[in-house]
Amino acid sequence: MKARVLIRPKEGILDPQGQTVERALPALGFEGVTDVRVGRMVELEVPDASRISEMCEKLLANPLIEDYEILVVER
Amino acid sequence: MKFGVIRFPGSCDEVDALLACKRFAEGELLWHGDRDLRGADAIVIPGGFSYGDYLRAGAIARFSPVMEAVREFALDGGPVLGICNGFQVLCEAGLLPGALLPNTSLRFVCRQVELVVENPNTPFTRACDEGDRLSVPVKHTTGRYYATEQALDELESDGHVLLRYAEGQNPNGSARDIAGVANSQKNVFGLMPHPEHAVDPLTGSADGGKLFESLVAHVEALAPA
Repeated sequence: MKARVLIRPKEGILDPQGQTVERALPALGFEGVTDVRVGRMVELEVPDASRISEMCEKLLANPLIEDYEILVVER
Repeated sequence: MKFGVIRFPGSCDEVDALLACKRFAEGELLWHGDRDLRGADAIVIPGGFSYGDYLRAGAIARFSPVMEAVREFALDGGPVLGICNGFQVLCEAGLLPGALLPNTSLRFVCRQVELVVENPNTPFTRACDEGDRLSVPVKHTTGRYYATEQALDELESDGHVLLRYAEGQNPNGSARDIAGVANSQKNVFGLMPHPEHAVDPLTGSADGGKLFESLVAHVEALAPA
């Protein structure tokens, strides 16, 4: 099955990339956007989804600084 | 006394690190795929971009065969010094607390900084006195030291912060100006600045040599007479 893992900086951790994007948006006429966080996405083809969170804990994310979210997109 | 300097694919400071080691003792390069530390008395994990720094800096290197041997060596009390990428590898491997995040400026910084010795009673700093200032270069994009507030309090109260950026010289936004931290046993130490690039007055400063000199003194003090 196909899965996606979304990884983003934990709340409270300064995200200068997100801040930079947030500051750029009003210049293009997109006003009022706040709390922009920039992370990354890992797409995986896995035999079953049960071990993805273990993969996240051990490699895909650093749980000290990042939150992750697992989405199964295709069974 | 012999240093072992690890070379990963993507390391780039291992030769300077080896040359720095050889000013004070013997030294040998160790290959990432090799589990054998070849009798080294102290290990240096150098700067660079191990395994391309894919995913996160240091995230892949921690799984290399040589790191299994380094982990055993460290758990056994052997001294391990991680410089820049080596610091990132040690944090990812869980041998040091905390993590390194992208610089707040999002820019690569390359400049000489002053470091203040906070704890001179460790294998890495014993050739220094408390409050000594060391002039050493930094060069990195991912050097902002992070740990939770509670973890930072513990690190500070137990003397794990060995080096701090001098006031006003924090180049990356590191929490509490921390430039280098040690584990609880004080035998594993990581720092973002590059002491191996500051061992000859010709390049502006030889202050970085103090760390290598300290390690040699530490190992020799342990050796049977």
